[in-house]
Amino acid sequence: MNKPNAYKNSAAIQASLKKRYARERRFQWYGRLAVLTGFIFLFILLFDIISKGAPAFTQQYIKVSVDLTDFELQSDASQEQLFRADYMSVIKSSLREMFPEVSGRKPKKQLYRLLSAGAEYDLRDKVMDDPRLIGKTTDIWLRAHSESGSYLKGQVTGDTPESERKVKDQQMVWLDQLRQEGRTESRFNIAFFTQGDSREPEMAGIKVALYGSFFTLLVTFAIAFPIGVFAAIYLEEFAPRNRITDLIEININNLAAVPSIVFGLLGLAVFINFFELPRSAPLVGGIVLSLMTLPTIIITSRAAIQSVSPSIREAALGVGASKLQTVFHHVLPVAMPGILTGSIIGMAQALGESAPLLMIGMVAFIMDAPAGVTDPATVLPVQIFLWADSPERGFTEKTSAAIMVLMGFLIVMNALAVYLRKRFELK
Amino acid sequence: MDTTTVFLVVILLSVISFYVGRRRSHAVSAGQGGVKTLHSLPKHYGYMAALWALLPALLVLVLWMAFENGILKNLVVAQLPANVQAMPPSEQGLYYNQIVSYARGSIDADQLDKPQVIAAQSYSALVASAGRIKALLVFLVAAIGALLALRRVHPLLRARNHVESIFKWILFSCSFLAVLTTLGIVLSVLFEAIRFFQTIPLQDFLLGLEWSPQMAIRADQVAASGSFGFVPLLVGTLLISLVAMIIAVPVGLMSAIYLSEYASRRFRAVTKPVLEILAGVPTVVYGFFAALTVAPFIRNLGESVGLNVASESALAAGLVMGIMIIPFVMSLSDDIINAVPDTMREASLGMGATMNETIRKVLLPAALPGIVGGILLAVSRAIGETMIVVMAAGLSANLTINPLEAVTTITVQIVTLLVGDQEFDSPKTLAAFALGLVLFFVTLLLNIIALYVVRKYREQYE
Repeated sequence: MNKPNAYKNSAAIQASLKKRYARERRFQWYGRLAVLTGFIFLFILLFDIISKGAPAFTQQYIKVSVDLTDFELQSDASQEQLFRADYMSVIKSSLREMFPEVSGRKPKKQLYRLLSAGAEYDLRDKVMDDPRLIGKTTDIWLRAHSESGSYLKGQVTGDTPESERKVKDQQMVWLDQLRQEGRTESRFNIAFFTQGDSREPEMAGIKVALYGSFFTLLVTFAIAFPIGVFAAIYLEEFAPRNRITDLIEININNLAAVPSIVFGLLGLAVFINFFELPRSAPLVGGIVLSLMTLPTIIITSRAAIQSVSPSIREAALGVGASKLQTVFHHVLPVAMPGILTGSIIGMAQALGESAPLLMIGMVAFIMDAPAGVTDPATVLPVQIFLWADSPERGFTEKTSAAIMVLMGFLIVMNALAVYLRKRFELK
Repeated sequence: MDTTTVFLVVILLSVISFYVGRRRSHAVSAGQGGVKTLHSLPKHYGYMAALWALLPALLVLVLWMAFENGILKNLVVAQLPANVQAMPPSEQGLYYNQIVSYARGSIDADQLDKPQVIAAQSYSALVASAGRIKALLVFLVAAIGALLALRRVHPLLRARNHVESIFKWILFSCSFLAVLTTLGIVLSVLFEAIRFFQTIPLQDFLLGLEWSPQMAIRADQVAASGSFGFVPLLVGTLLISLVAMIIAVPVGLMSAIYLSEYASRRFRAVTKPVLEILAGVPTVVYGFFAALTVAPFIRNLGESVGLNVASESALAAGLVMGIMIIPFVMSLSDDIINAVPDTMREASLGMGATMNETIRKVLLPAALPGIVGGILLAVSRAIGETMIVVMAAGLSANLTINPLEAVTTITVQIVTLLVGDQEFDSPKTLAAFALGLVLFFVTLLLNIIALYVVRKYREQYE
């Protein structure tokens, strides 16, 4: 057996080995630390968004005994009249009846601020559904204001000095009283998905943004998918080795790295100022995003076409198919899962993109859902950008919730892409 | 007729042509021994007729749409009184836009003067007749195309080859679109940028130390011209990118080394996709995170140790941008480290070097050019990144290299100059295109260098 001790400088070697191993261990820890740092950043990001956004999915309601005995209309009024009636004053007088001790302009105003401006519409819908409510006093659940909502949710407490919060002490007393009487309730916030943008946080929803994103992605896909796949087919199967082909390839690689905002400038200068297409419309947004995602789709489709086994091509050519028939009947179906994977990833990129859309004016305040690709619209990421600018606490919550919805869509799309890739790999 | 209807009708016409063409191929072959005598399959004759109907008609439609507005404007303006025709082009454009919006019903008549109302009526009439002429012309072209194709149907006609060569041209034009896009980008930013440099000299732009694009509306106002010095924007952009790189490069590179050299296969399979989630998060989310969480956090942290940190500090934006770029650096370095041949690793380990010595003295020097290329790509990403800095960096230009202060970047300025109401000819708007031009060429240059370095490096080991 070797006896290392037999060497004359073994002590020095031992010492240096110890040092070297220590350094090795340290190095490994640096690596673990780096991976851990990435994880921590991801965790903080997700935790921050989810903890801020989760409350936005619930909406607080307050049960108000609405006094419709002195209502301006009778129960036989037409729907049109009911639609136009003044419900705000009914709500205000009902609130005064519930808290008869309130007097003075300012306290009354605070009292009214317990309820959302949308409470009016809640009541209108109730009355229009059932006109027999007129002439009676009924308990009706009405939407709470976002500020009283945040108190009921426990986001704001009496610990903060009154000057630093929007919910005043008096309002807290009323809300506590209502809560004790069982007159408050937390429900799933459907309005968040069924309403457009609004200046009031509790009435703002992402419906318009969802529609806008849908139409924009539709245009993007309709343009980018066929053109991307055709370009990939040309470059992989037909392109001769010459200067033009080189030029095309260099351009595709460079376009993949051009900042997205530059595509926005292109859209503004070419599609809006030159072709005079409508501003703020999903049509232009979709065209710009399709130019942006084309390189992604082309590059991934080329990889997918490349990976199709040459034996398939040769077999098809051998039985007399033309080159084009070979590609469209035999190569393309085999490459399709790979192409779809790439396209879905490209679409996910387009869904999350906002900078070029700011350039072409998709930043408008829009309350009505677009009905087509030429109506003004906004998209989910831009809606997030707009809400993130609003200082109200209610909007921070909405922004995070909209981010959660957006990330949900992205996760679904990426999961689909991974699933397709897995299936593709098995073949 | 609106464009969508015309388009749909053209599609319908081409579908009909397909069936007629196919039937005609049956008909011409019927007397001569049936389908077998045809050169191509019957459907190829159908495709031929369909393409002949579709393509020229679509071309006419697109050309019509491209020139319609310009021609309409000329026609309408020609009817306007002489004083309007003598207006400078920008004023005339506004005047004309009012006519158009009135004709479309988006503004009321009382905002206009009398000639405008008359012009709006003639505009509406012109639009209506233009729509009719467009539809007629397009349908006529489609019909003529289809008829020409149908006349040529003959058993000896090589329809398949014909269709396939048309198809190859379609495939080619799809891939050529990439070149057109680049051309479009260059031309659209270049033209506006040249107009900008006609008012603001190039050297003032490139060497100016002050950026305040607020232009006076009238020329006789005090401080009539804003200053368009590019240097503070460049310094701000580089400062934020530097902060981002300081975060992203060590973390990304060390993660890549650890995952490719030390980690078990299972650990790697779980960790890599999780870290890549960071790359899939939309930038607007990072912007929100930077503006509402990181910036206040850094500000409070700074206050607690007595530092005065701006609420839109370069540090916050750079830090979050760094987080965004981590997976980018990681996967690029991962590719490059994996491209180093195993023989080099094994030789070094065989000589008795520890893993970390192998990495530091063999792998990294060998991979260095590739890693530098990857970092350059990451820098170009950071320079072009928009949403994070729009939401978390400052708006006013500030020539400083202190990351605790607010700076602004090229992309922030492009967005602030172009979002919202703008008159198209003011230097303020044109400045955005000049900045876009700079941004495009800087990132292009970085990418070309980076791709060249990476490719050279790969070739070395292939």
